[in-house]
Amino acid sequence: MKFMEKLSRRRFLKSGLAATAAATVIKNTDSKASGNFEGYPDGMGVLVDLTRCVGCRSCEAACNKEQGLPEPEKPFNDFSVFDELHHGQKRRTDETAYTVVNRFDMPDFDHPIFKKFQCNHCNEPACLTSCFVNAYTKTPEGAVIYNADVCVGCRTCMIACPFYVPTFKYSSAFSPRIMKCIFCYDTRLKLGKAPACVEVCPQEALSFGKRSDCISMGRQRIRQNPGKYVDHIYGEHEVGGTSWMYISSVDFDKVGMDTTLPKEPILNSVKDFLAIVPMVLTIWPALFTGFHLLATLKDKVMEMEMEEKRKEKEGQA
Amino acid sequence: MRPRTRKPGTTLLCVGSILFLSLTAPALAIDAPETINIDVMSKFYGPVTFDHAMHVDYASCEECHHHTTGEIVADPNCARCHTHHDAKTVVSCSKCHVADRFNQEYISKLEDPELYHLDKPGLKGAYHLNCVSCHVTTSGPTGCVDCHALTEAGEKLYRTGAFTPETKTASGKEH
Ligand code: SF4
Ligand code: SF4
Repeated sequence: MKFMEKLSRRRFLKSGLAATAAATVIKNTDSKASGNFEGYPDGMGVLVDLTRCVGCRSCEAACNKEQGLPEPEKPFNDFSVFDELHHGQKRRTDETAYTVVNRFDMPDFDHPIFKKFQCNHCNEPACLTSCFVNAYTKTPEGAVIYNADVCVGCRTCMIACPFYVPTFKYSSAFSPRIMKCIFCYDTRLKLGKAPACVEVCPQEALSFGKRSDCISMGRQRIRQNPGKYVDHIYGEHEVGGTSWMYISSVDFDKVGMDTTLPKEPILNSVKDFLAIVPMVLTIWPALFTGFHLLATLKDKVMEMEMEEKRKEKEGQA
Repeated sequence: MRPRTRKPGTTLLCVGSILFLSLTAPALAIDAPETINIDVMSKFYGPVTFDHAMHVDYASCEECHHHTTGEIVADPNCARCHTHHDAKTVVSCSKCHVADRFNQEYISKLEDPELYHLDKPGLKGAYHLNCVSCHVTTSGPTGCVDCHALTEAGEKLYRTGAFTPETKTASGKEH
């Protein structure tokens, strides 16, 4: 139900966008997103094992250092952050923290579950397919990275992402910058090295390897520990598959993960519209008016989205 | 957050099982070193001096050494193949669990379709997974600095100690 509402919002978005752009652009049939893309065969991935995470926040610390993010408000070994609520929500990734760990208290367990979260580096990223100016790239290594130089700050990706990951740095209105986990692409992944969070994790709660091997690893771990895990690798199929995947001893919706996501990429339904993306660059000036309209529209849609999320949260509480 | 009670006699040590330890099974507790200095991965935390002699009272050999010390193999996943439980000449953790678990060469070896041990933890993972889970059930120390002190590099990484952020107020952001 929730999902249908989301879809219809997205469809609404799509028609709005398409109407704006279609006036000036001829449809290009060579769509970037192909439908049943299984991910790059040699793409890397990470398997996150929620049963292993002890909530030490070392991964947050390592990420902050590696990505040169701003000084945190509290030290990374201050565990009072797990009790923080921001507008009734647990901590989320944002422009100052590409990854966060949250604690979920389990009434039926004698211990809480900790979940590290970051961009999941989708096989067919909604952020990428929704972006007009091709600011995003899914690299063959598996990372979803972005190019701040071409971003126009329209924030479509923020709405499109099924995991609410991309955020913006608004410090300069003229150079918007998408802020999200990039799988340590520049400094590590490109060179064949594991991301900083994986390397630092004491519990090996994060296992880095080829995405396909991460799946085998996850399956083996589930099979060899009967009764320990829920028989599901979150991200193997969700939204067309993600490079970062999760295994858990509790149902995924109990640790704040959306279990209503479809197996297909979230933006499959807007493929036709997306096909126009490459054209944008060649007819740039003509589209500027469109962008303005779009940005205004985006604000509205986002407000609606926020409003609804708030309501959902209230409903759950 | 977690139980921090310490059993009498527990020294400051914990994170390791056994590192540079070569022994044969029958002579076990006799040949086993009293303590082992675990320092190969020390970076953000200092080395751990592992009191092996004390830990022998808490766990049987095979609980940490799997199929290498001559006891009947406890883990059914190991016992499937390791049916001959004769003592091996090498039993140290680091001989099987590599410190640099995610290097390219190691990762590419995992693609061998015949490979069974595709999920073997690296050395750091092996220590923490084994030690922490037991410490939780036996009420051993489980806080990071209960076993190893932060180094200066560690304090810098965690922005703690001398590197604690100044309290922010004006710039305190809302999510
Ligand atoms: S999780 Fe969101 S930001 Fe990350 S690749 Fe997928 S759609 Fe893009
Ligand atoms: S470093 Fe590992 S164990 Fe620690 S919080 Fe992050 S994922 Fe969990």
